[in-house]
Formats: sequence, C-alpha cells, structure tokens
Amino acid sequence: MASVAAPERVNERPPAGVPAIEIKGVSRRFVSPQGKVVPALRDFNLTVGQGEFCAIVGPTGCGKSTTLGLITGLGRPSSGTVRVWGRPVEGIDPRIGFVFQTDAVFPWRNVLDNVAAGPVYRGEERGKAHARARDWIRRVGLTGFEFHYPHQLSGGMRKRVALAQTFINEPQILLMDEPFSALDVQTRAVMQDELLGLWGAHGGCVVFVTHDIDEAIALADRVIVLTAGPATVKAVYDIDLPRPRKVAEARYLPRFVELSHRIWDDLRSEVRI
Amino acid sequence: MSTTEIALTGGADLAQEQQRVHKALARRQALVYVLRVGILVVTLGAWELGARVGWIDPFFFSMPSQIVDQMWVWATEGTSQGSLWKQILVTMEETIVGFLIGAVAGVIAGIALGRNKLLADVFSVYIKVANSIPRVVLGSVFIIALGLGMASKVALAVVMVFFVVFGNAFQGVREADRNLIANAHILGASRRQVTFTVVLPSAMSWILASLHVSFGFALVGAVVGEFLGAKQGIGLLIATAQGAFNAAGVFASMIILALVALGAEYLIEVLENVLLKWRPPQFAETGY
Repeated sequence: MASVAAPERVNERPPAGVPAIEIKGVSRRFVSPQGKVVPALRDFNLTVGQGEFCAIVGPTGCGKSTTLGLITGLGRPSSGTVRVWGRPVEGIDPRIGFVFQTDAVFPWRNVLDNVAAGPVYRGEERGKAHARARDWIRRVGLTGFEFHYPHQLSGGMRKRVALAQTFINEPQILLMDEPFSALDVQTRAVMQDELLGLWGAHGGCVVFVTHDIDEAIALADRVIVLTAGPATVKAVYDIDLPRPRKVAEARYLPRFVELSHRIWDDLRSEVRI
Repeated sequence: MSTTEIALTGGADLAQEQQRVHKALARRQALVYVLRVGILVVTLGAWELGARVGWIDPFFFSMPSQIVDQMWVWATEGTSQGSLWKQILVTMEETIVGFLIGAVAGVIAGIALGRNKLLADVFSVYIKVANSIPRVVLGSVFIIALGLGMASKVALAVVMVFFVVFGNAFQGVREADRNLIANAHILGASRRQVTFTVVLPSAMSWILASLHVSFGFALVGAVVGEFLGAKQGIGLLIATAQGAFNAAGVFASMIILALVALGAEYLIEVLENVLLKWRPPQFAETGY
C-alpha cells in the first residue's frame, strides 16, 4: 500500500528546469477478478511543465483516470517510468492534490472538519488547522456553512468544499478527474471561473481530465487528445487564448471555435458506440 | 396583480396548507394509537373470556388476569429464588456484559479482517464453519467449563453477539467508498488514520444496524444459559415455572423479558441518532 512521504518534502522547492510531471513509455494493464488482462494505457508519454494547466480529453473509458492514478502513486505502471520533479513516484507525494469526479468529501464531517482534514492528517495542530480552514471556506464563498454537513449542501457547494479541502494543502501539482461533470451547466461555468481564479492566485501545475472539449479549451494551456482504450496520445494542442480568461466569454472567441472544431475532428474518429 | 401581492397570497396559502398537513397528521396519528390499543384490548379480552368460558384450557395457556396476578405476586412477595428484581438484574447483567464484550470484539475483528486481505482470506473459512454451528449448543460446553455462575451465561451471550456484529462490521469495512479512502490518503492520512477516520465511520451504519439484532441475541444467550443450569435469573424462573406446570409463570417471565428488550432497543436507537446525525433525514411526500 502507498505510504506517505516524509513531511519535510512538502516545503521542498521544486528544482528549476525539471518538468513537474514526466511520464515516459508507460503501459498499464489491469487484471480482472477472472484473471483476464485488460490493457488501459500503452506506450503513453506526457510531460507537464511547472505552472502549466494541461487538459486531457479522450473517449469514455480510454484510461484518462488511470493516468492520474499513476501520478498520485495510487497505481503503478506495468512498464515505463513516471517521475514527479525528476523523482520516480513511490507512494503518495504530499505535494499532490486530487479532486475527484464523485463526491469525495467525508459525509460524517461538517464543512469545517472536511476542509481541515488534510492539515490535521499531516499533524498540524487542530486549532491552527481550523483557522486556516475558515480562511479557505471564505475563499470558496462558503462562509456561514462551516457547521453544515455535506448532505445539507448543494452539489456545487460540495464541490467548493472539495476544492477548499484540496487547496488548503497547497499542492504544487493539482490533479482533477472530471471534477465538474456532475454539476449543472450554470454551476459548472461558475466553478470553472473559480478554479481559474484559485489557480491564478496559487500557481502550481494542473492536470485536468475531462470529456468536455469546450471545458478543456477554456481552462487549459495545452490540450492532449487521447485515442480510444488502451489509450495513447493522439494529438497535442497549444491553446493560445489570452489570460486571464473568463470562461463564459472565451467560448465565443473565433480562435476558440476553431480549436474546438479541430479537436472534435480528432476525437470523432475515436468515439465508438 | 403585483409581485408582492402574489408573494403574500402565496404565503397565506402555504400557511393554510401547513395547518392542513398538521391537522391531518395529528388525526392519522390518533387513529393509529386507537387501533393499536383496540387490537390489544380485543386480543387480551378474547383470551380472558375464552379461558373463563372454557374454550381454552387455562391450565395450559393461562389467562391475562392470572399472568398479571403472577407478576404481582413475584413483584411483591418475591419468587422461589429470591426477589424478582434480583432475577431481572442478574439476567440484565449477563446480557449487557456479554453484549458489550461480543460487540467490541466483533467490531475489532471485523475491521482487522476487513482491512487485511490476507487475514480475511485465511480466516473466512473458519468463520463460516463457526457461524454454521448452532451456537446455543455451546451453552452446555460453557456450563461444564465455567460452572453454574454468571461466567457461562456471559460466554454464551458473547458468542451469540460476536458473529452478528463481526459479519456486519466486516461487510461495512468492505463497502467503504474507495474514493473516500483514496481522498484521505492523498490528503495525507496514514493507514491508521484512514482506518479510524474513514473506514470506521462508514462502517458505523452497518455496525449499529447489527447492534439492534444482536442485543436480542445476547438476551437469548443469557436466558438459554440460565435455562441449561443456573442459580439465578429469569431463565431459571422460566425453567422452574415449566417444571411446576405454571403456564402463567412462563408468560409472566416472557413479558418481563420483552420489556427489558424494548428498553434496550430504545437506548440503542438513541445511540444511533447521536452517532449518525450526519445522515440526511428522510422526507415524506405530502400525500397523506
């Protein structure tokens, strides 16, 4: 089982010039309970620079989430290497944050304890952790909801709790696995802007998995298109839309529409029903 | 009509609707109570009447007035084994001690095995075997080994409770949301922290559900233990009444046990509401 690295690595500055994430020639196969081997990734290469916002799009079930699992250390590659800041991944790196697709906030904890969970797990004193948690709750606009339980919040608010819970650890690498796919369209647009705001204030690099091409273009510096499973990189697009972006406005830029068309052309041939 | 007017009439409508719902709910609640009491009166009345008229032989099946009489005599004059309260206390003590030991051991074993795949694979077969033995039979073994005192009854209650709680705790651990566990690990939790702050709370609803059933089992264990051989307790009271062909005594003991079990059930429900206050409440539709 993955172990947590020593806490002093949290504050370690990332070495300059080294890519934040480097995945080289990675394959990953799963063994089903019946003993059948299912390939999820083949000969997969990906490099994400420091401070970069990188989106991964691909058809359903192609292995996008598997990629994120490799970076966290929750999953191991069958072959090839995964490096984070030049070091091979062994166990869970404390500099990584992860936002899940489904609700992964703890239903038996109120908002305050949910947001403070990371620092408390890492040995910070409870009072200090709560003070920082209150600050993050304010930043995601949930002041007044500190003592609500997740079931008393809307889906969008629970997502904000999840964001605060992740950002309070100040991750230098943020992995997001279709974080907004369960939200309605309006809430999703608000959350995308919020994410860009938090990321802009905080830095670090982001790997954002989604099946929504428009979301990928609106948020990212670079969009990586995967083939159908077992996945490998099909194409890479640099998104040269100006920053800071407003998601709602960016999607009407001619350049945005053009990119959307090109990526969709690429992806269309990979989608099988 | 202006918007404020709409809002106002809307508010009045809502208040009226609210009042109607309250009234209807109160009426329905009253109906339920009346019917409940009615059924009790009819059943007991028919029993009493049947026994007095001679349709039922009160020697075998007793009758409500005799049972009440028997309880009154026990309560005021004491039983053949000493005061009634002493008997209740002894049985309660055996039940509660057995229940606590069994439940705690069951939770610990369930979590240990649920969190460790190897242990689970190795022990699962033995647990299946142990679970298939009718455990009441072990009562005889315990009485031979531990004597007629309290220890043998506690041991039987422990065995009765352990497997139920263990099974549920194990299942609860296995059903813990993998995303929540992964999230806790990434947030920085150690394996130990994950066990106590993620796995245990998510298994809690399973464990508490098993406590409802297993308290009854603990009571069965204690009473059967007393039945098989004891110096004190309600089980012995039943055995004595049975030996004297005193049907009223058996029914009276049964009612006492039922009251004890209901009291315990209530306490467990209180505990459940405290521990699971994070669970969403159940809403009913307004259809009444």
